Amino acid sequence: MNHPVQSDKPEGDRLSRFPKHIREEWFGRVYVYACVALLIVTIFSIVWFIASRGLNPFISGGLNLSDLLFGRQWNPEGEPPLFGALPFLAGSTATSFIAAAIAAPFGFCAAVFMTQIAPKAGRSILQPAIELLAGIPSVVYGFVGLTVIVPFLRNNFTGQGFGILAGSLVLSIMILPTVTSISTDALGTLPAGLKEGSFALGATRWQTIYRLILPTTLPSLLTGIVLGISRAFGEALAVQMVIGNAPIIPKSLFESAATLTSIITLEMGNTVGGSLHNNVLWSLALILLIMTFLFVFIVRVLERRAKR
Amino acid sequence: MKAKTADRIAIAVIVAIACLIMAVLAALLGYLLFRGVSHISLHFLTSEPETIKTGGGIGPPLFNSIFLLVLTMIITVPLGLGAGIYMSEYARANRVTDFIRLVIEVLSSFPSIVVGLFGLLVFVQFFHLKYSLISGALALTVFNLPLMVRITEQAIRGVPREQKEAGLALGLSHWKTIRSVMLPMGFPNIMTGTILAAGRVFGEAAALLFTAGMSSPRLNFSDWNPTHLSSPLNPFRPAETLAVHIWKINSEGLAPDAPEIAAGASAVLIIIVLLFNFGARWLGRAIYRKFTATK
Repeated sequence: MNHPVQSDKPEGDRLSRFPKHIREEWFGRVYVYACVALLIVTIFSIVWFIASRGLNPFISGGLNLSDLLFGRQWNPEGEPPLFGALPFLAGSTATSFIAAAIAAPFGFCAAVFMTQIAPKAGRSILQPAIELLAGIPSVVYGFVGLTVIVPFLRNNFTGQGFGILAGSLVLSIMILPTVTSISTDALGTLPAGLKEGSFALGATRWQTIYRLILPTTLPSLLTGIVLGISRAFGEALAVQMVIGNAPIIPKSLFESAATLTSIITLEMGNTVGGSLHNNVLWSLALILLIMTFLFVFIVRVLERRAKR
Repeated sequence: MKAKTADRIAIAVIVAIACLIMAVLAALLGYLLFRGVSHISLHFLTSEPETIKTGGGIGPPLFNSIFLLVLTMIITVPLGLGAGIYMSEYARANRVTDFIRLVIEVLSSFPSIVVGLFGLLVFVQFFHLKYSLISGALALTVFNLPLMVRITEQAIRGVPREQKEAGLALGLSHWKTIRSVMLPMGFPNIMTGTILAAGRVFGEAAALLFTAGMSSPRLNFSDWNPTHLSSPLNPFRPAETLAVHIWKINSEGLAPDAPEIAAGASAVLIIIVLLFNFGARWLGRAIYRKFTATK
């Protein structure tokens, strides 16, 4: 090994003031600082670029905020064009919350199974299965939704099968790994004495689970659910493939609807850059961005409560 | 109801749900493979996609996906390593570090479509890279970087403290210790994490719709000069990846055999992602065994 201690070879006056190990340390530092700086630049430029386009409709006076947020009609080609995004907000919110409502109990049960009931089978079978679910690409989920869930709903219920429920079902499988892994972590870090104390008092496993484990880990479980909702809210293609893409507020779960992501996916490529229609789509992207910040904020608050 | 009965019922329900999750996964994989594998042939894997005729293949999208993955990893890995090393070794416990942690958390929770739209504004339009592989690779880098940082940080943190102290005690600089002692020690974990991240990149579509584009020019697979437009290796050409191709034929496929092509392509995608998953685990274990000489 070459020793980076002061070398006895003359390296020239300028370099000898900075021996090799100092120079290489500086190189390393500059490199890692540059990488981190790039991360920070990236996030600011994401916010800057999307906000500058997304705020355009309001600044240029083409649209005011309440029309966008509370307008029930989306008709960009109409006379006058109408840009009410309420159907998309409603669609995104409904699909992601229903998906979380389905995934939450499943995720909690899976976590209980893995940590309390059968840790061995859980670790060797269920855990890898859940990790595989997390690895399946979203377009494949969309394809399965389109060829299995939509026809199933069409044949067994009213409507065409496309709609909020189809979207929620697909999303619930997609976010199950998120919910499960966070719940498993929370249950795994529970002090063993707590559980043993409960058993020693004569409580059954179920009593211990719902009287003790559930309340104690609730903030962490909620973190998992919020992360799941956040992922569902931003998921684009899988939802777009099964939701039907009708820009209306549906009256039932079996009617075609649309989400923020689905409308952006469909219309961004077909509009002329700089037109009001195009700019309003950027406003929708800005709403997605703001929702992300909101979800991160909620997760942080919950994590702080979980630590106490 | 007696507590014991309630306990039995509840536990049975929980076990049933765990079995149900397994069943859903098995059904999902079984369905995809059952429907798709029969459609996979050498012709399907190598021929051009068709828009209206039957018999289209997935040759170019498959190639694009692999090439894009390589490009993305070439950009992501050095940046992710750098930032991950900073977070584990150089970051002090102060507000700046908290802020950087927040940045990474936010960056990793951005929906992939938002990252794609950012790519459209910045790489495609602002830097005039047009719809191209390189725009797609840069967008995927934004999407993948936070994960890579986290993988590196955890791997480096997992290195025993004594190893680092021994390096420093020998008079090595901090950077030299990281590079020659800690990175090799953390390498198995970094490798596993990177392959898993690669699987995620391989299946990503939403971030690519508006960056790498939704169509490919006719490719000439005998021309390997990267500067030619029809060369497969040209990073400045538009490229439709396998995941994007699946989305496109499902939503606007006109070919009569579109469902079969979608099924075949999904099966190929799933098989590759599974290979990534199992490969990562296997390789991680193998490298660990080699490095530590344990059985």
